[in-house]
Amino acid sequence: MIEQKQQEIIEEFAFFEEWMHKYEHIIELGKEMKGLTDDEKKEELLVAGCQSKVWLKASLQENGTVNFEADSDAIITRGLVALVVSVFDNETPQDILNANIHFMNDIGLVSNLSQTRSNGLAAMVKQILLYATVFQAQQKSN
Amino acid sequence: MDNDTLQHKMRELKTQFPALNQTVYGRPLVYLDNAATTQKPQRVIDSISEYYSKWNANIHRGAHYLANASTEKFEATRSALAEMLHANFREEIIFTQGSTDSVNMLSTILENEVEEGDEIWVTEMEHHANFVPWQMLALKKKAHFRYIPMLPSGEWDLAYAKNEITDRAKIVAFNWVSNALGTVNPVDELISLAKTAGAYVVIDGAQAVAHFDINVQALNCDFFLFSAHKMYGPTGLGVLWGRKELLEKLPPYRFGGEMIRKVSVTGTTFNDLPFKYEAGTPNIEAVIAFNESISFCKEVGRADMHKHELHLLKLATEELRKIEGSTIYADLENKVGVLSFNVEGIHSADIGTLLDQQGVAVRTGHHCTQPLWEKLGTTGSVRASFACYNTVEDVELFIAALNKSVNMLR
Repeated sequence: MIEQKQQEIIEEFAFFEEWMHKYEHIIELGKEMKGLTDDEKKEELLVAGCQSKVWLKASLQENGTVNFEADSDAIITRGLVALVVSVFDNETPQDILNANIHFMNDIGLVSNLSQTRSNGLAAMVKQILLYATVFQAQQKSN
Repeated sequence: MDNDTLQHKMRELKTQFPALNQTVYGRPLVYLDNAATTQKPQRVIDSISEYYSKWNANIHRGAHYLANASTEKFEATRSALAEMLHANFREEIIFTQGSTDSVNMLSTILENEVEEGDEIWVTEMEHHANFVPWQMLALKKKAHFRYIPMLPSGEWDLAYAKNEITDRAKIVAFNWVSNALGTVNPVDELISLAKTAGAYVVIDGAQAVAHFDINVQALNCDFFLFSAHKMYGPTGLGVLWGRKELLEKLPPYRFGGEMIRKVSVTGTTFNDLPFKYEAGTPNIEAVIAFNESISFCKEVGRADMHKHELHLLKLATEELRKIEGSTIYADLENKVGVLSFNVEGIHSADIGTLLDQQGVAVRTGHHCTQPLWEKLGTTGSVRASFACYNTVEDVELFIAALNKSVNMLR
């Protein structure tokens, strides 16, 4: 459940009172994420971003859910990317398209995701929705 | 003036800038993004407020008290600018929307001067705004778009320029000071080269006007442009100075209100300078308020500002060198107060994010100079840029925050 995963992240971040601890956690998440190999970081997987780059890979799995893998060249963005991936990964295209994504705002890291063009996160979420739309169309045509 | 006296004088300045007297995320704001835009002194803010409270009227055309008053104030700024730039004629001062707008205007009105096979020159160090318009003009006119390479030191390769700039060069456009690195370029030498070749010389002074006194006659350039907002003035206002005989000869840029003399169904004649290039209602509030910025810079004195900023740069540079793995770009003597750097293994955006959390405002990324970073073999940097109101404490807070950020990211 996307909503449940968001709630878990919000609760997790509620523990951090200091900005430093919040960011240390994000940096930790960034370091832990498997990410993509250098070969996988292809131009066509790049989802834009002015300052840091974000790469996103998606595939429709046999059980009808979508697998997301992503990466970034900046560690904080990488941590945020890990959070976004954890929320959308292994969900169906339908659930992804229906989701109301609010956790970024709630944990106080990105005040307005739609306006945060610089780190590529907004473009990443947009791309996730695009993938979901395409996969949903594929599922219907099968 | 000794350094202590200078410090004392500059410290007082900070109180004139209300935006600097605030906290962000509960920490005192340390504003080090001055190469992007400077904060505004109270007198500029007051002037904008006063304009709308007292003088608001459209200029140059109204036959009433307010229109006359606002026109007088508007034109007073033009006179002040002519004096500031040492222009021969006040009508050589054209108000634009900013430096980008000025370059776009120039690259358009100079179109007929360029023929197929001519060369249009820029440098590898240019801001995209003084690069792309010329690249597009070259493309349109089938001219050769050429550039003076930048050396790894962050300076122009003048030897290359000496060999390559010939009478095929039609336009040579370049910045006085690099926005990304802070390098102060040897403009006199390049102007002389370009003039000998018979080219039009365009100087992007956006990063210079807050630090150096300008004399367009002594420079012997043809066009000089800058933005008000990088000189403690309002945003949305640019200044383009051009030689009178050229501006008179070149075609209009935009068509409309102020720039028209007579319109009939069979044809239209255009107004004289400067109105020929000022179509439509201009940014009146900004022009009027900019006069306060001009006075501010004159009263404080750019030589003192520059000296103070270099002092801060020196302190910050010394501290930055102590950080393991740090690279300072253009670590040169002849600079303005710009510190452009990276720390090995850390993305500039990450440093920027953590500095921001500690109240320190810097710019990160490519600073709109991608060819420059390509030459330096990276994609961007962290840029801390100092203005006259910054203090030694600002530098200390910045360095402390930077050390903390680097430790968190390692």
